[in-house]
Amino acid sequence: MTYTPQLQELMKKVEETRPSRVGVNFPRMTQEERQDVLKKFHPDYIEDGFREIKVGVNKGARLPTEMADVFESWSPLRDVELDLNAEPAYDVDVLIIGGGGAGASAALDAHAAGADVLLTTKLRFGDANTMMAQGGIQAADKENDSPAIHYLDVMGGGRLENVPELARALVMDAPLVIKWLEDMGTMFDKKEDGQMITIHGGGTSRKRMHAARDYTGAEIMRTLRDEVYNQGITVVEFSAAVEILLDEQGRAAGAVLYNLETEEYQFARAKTVIIATGGSGRLHYRGFPTSNHYGATADGLIMGYRAGAKTIYADSIQYHPTGGAFPPQLLGLLVTEKTRGLGATPLNINGEQFVYHLETRDVESSAIIRECEERGLGVPLPTGITAIWLDSPILELTHGEGTIERQLPAMLRQFQRFGVDIRKEPMLIYPTLHYQNGGLLIDDSGHSTVENLYVAGEAAGGIHGTNRLMGNSLLDIIVFGRRAGRDAAAKSKDMPVPGKLTLEHVEAYNRELEETNAADNRVGPILLPHYTHR
Amino acid sequence: MTDEIKMVDIYLMGKRYTVPETLTILDAMEYAGYQLTRGCGCRAGFCGACATVFRMANDYELQVGLACQTKVEDGMYLAQIPFFPGRKANYNLEDIKPSMGHFAQLYPEVYRCLGCSSCNKVCPQDIDVMQYIAYCQRGDFAGAADISFDCLMCGLCVSRCPANIVHYNAALTARRLYSRYIAKPDPFLVKRAKAIEDGEMDAEIDALVTADHEKLQELYNEREIEK
Repeated sequence: MTYTPQLQELMKKVEETRPSRVGVNFPRMTQEERQDVLKKFHPDYIEDGFREIKVGVNKGARLPTEMADVFESWSPLRDVELDLNAEPAYDVDVLIIGGGGAGASAALDAHAAGADVLLTTKLRFGDANTMMAQGGIQAADKENDSPAIHYLDVMGGGRLENVPELARALVMDAPLVIKWLEDMGTMFDKKEDGQMITIHGGGTSRKRMHAARDYTGAEIMRTLRDEVYNQGITVVEFSAAVEILLDEQGRAAGAVLYNLETEEYQFARAKTVIIATGGSGRLHYRGFPTSNHYGATADGLIMGYRAGAKTIYADSIQYHPTGGAFPPQLLGLLVTEKTRGLGATPLNINGEQFVYHLETRDVESSAIIRECEERGLGVPLPTGITAIWLDSPILELTHGEGTIERQLPAMLRQFQRFGVDIRKEPMLIYPTLHYQNGGLLIDDSGHSTVENLYVAGEAAGGIHGTNRLMGNSLLDIIVFGRRAGRDAAAKSKDMPVPGKLTLEHVEAYNRELEETNAADNRVGPILLPHYTHR
Repeated sequence: MTDEIKMVDIYLMGKRYTVPETLTILDAMEYAGYQLTRGCGCRAGFCGACATVFRMANDYELQVGLACQTKVEDGMYLAQIPFFPGRKANYNLEDIKPSMGHFAQLYPEVYRCLGCSSCNKVCPQDIDVMQYIAYCQRGDFAGAADISFDCLMCGLCVSRCPANIVHYNAALTARRLYSRYIAKPDPFLVKRAKAIEDGEMDAEIDALVTADHEKLQELYNEREIEK
């Protein structure tokens, strides 16, 4: 028994109220109630977690403190001699930085368009948040749904702050993406007759969440990766980009690469560059644990920013309502939203529901924080924190025995490994740092504000406004990965090989840091979080 | 923990470190001072980067686990296997069919399976690996796809196979064949994709793209939600 006697005692209240909750829906909040709980409890509104950055194209912009530290960091090349007139290690049409779903999609479409592609990545190909996305991918491909209805959900969920042309591209490409993935042999959950099985996610008005059990991202990633290898595209692992190279006209023209194993620097020359480096959860904003991959350290953000790319909503961070809280080995790890999508509900210490289970993530998280912090109705854990129950066993009552094993095998296995049977025992959850809503600003071709520099995936911003809905991230990485790949390939066709490569923008950035007396010990991108001797 | 945390001795590649017993192997390595590059990925049991083999002191049994999903125990002797060489067949999915013949050309070694069940014993996902290899042998790609689905491609099966089979790559090809050719296509998806490509959905969405915030908020608040 992993749950302590105290927790087992408290669990009885969940069991007591369970029969009365089957088939009963807790009311949704009004728009006013949502605003209120967000303003009071969402970490994005807690001002002491933010500061203005003093350097770069968005000087004066508000950023989470931990991200501002990375933005106000010195280039790792500060003390490195690098001869950019030498022969580059790689010379290609399209350089893709990052080996997650966005990078792989970009590689496939750029290659299909006839470009010579290099994909370089910090860890292994496929080491990315894509691999960890569990619950699903949205697309309006049912008769009662349409891209327009999807658009409304995306915009409303994003507090209407989304860039409309980006949200439009997202929802219009969605059914095409599902078809593309399926034609490639991605194994979605389907009925016998071929119909996609779809369910709700937080903030959806139609059941349009497609899944591959609860390994949706892993299934997509391994299929894309297999296809990249089948196509013979060059992939270089354990080779992190640390700076974007520009040509003398200030256009992106390559990148400096760092071999994590030999600790050598090299550089690649490219006609176009696509940043697909993912998010930044491993910066642990406000000390939150994170559901993110080990490599999510904002590398692309700082590289792109130093090269002059503008940011949008970089201060908007998503806290996923259901991060693991107990047992301690699962702290911060994602409990997929599919669990709530199927009907599991959050409950306080008295076994009472206090929020509709499928509010958008920002609202749901804020309500959980309120229940614990303001109302004091969280479940106290032996680790010293408080948490909320997520009543998973109710799924076996509402959908029949075996539902969890069939629909949530990864969750079942993960909790079982640490002694909790989620078919019988409710989970203990608390919001976890999950996603970077903003990023580097792009247009609907994935092009950034720097010429020949593209951004796709979590590193890009504007698509989701200031709150992304579940299932729109697996979608966005592929929509904008493909768009960036295609546009970069087309652009490279008529372009000569870049002339002289420079790092003058980095030197200028370093001068700005000097003028603002930036802390001397910060070097970025940090590439890996440091957890040694914690 | 409010109580004092109990410490245990573990042996990283033979060298002893004393670490808190609540840690996973991955956390324990970091606690010991390792800055990981290989052998560490998602840290949540989805990516297969941190395959680890271990023996308990005085026990002959070789055990396995994902370092991020396995708690340390006193007397654990361990090493990570972050990479194990394995061949991947290259193929064009459009040029092959879900047939035994095509599959045998890509992965002929599946027929060398000795039935020893070593793969099953080391799978950290408890997949019946040998069974899906048997399904692959007889061309039952639906069966192979179904039971291999939770594979993380960590490579432990490959490390133990006396027949040199690369199980996870064979399984991936089986799943792609199943999804491409055996599972039925969704008829409405095909229709919807065509409608979008033909521009039939443009007018409805462009009306929203050009709407002002007030109108959008109103439409959002009043939108009908499917039961």
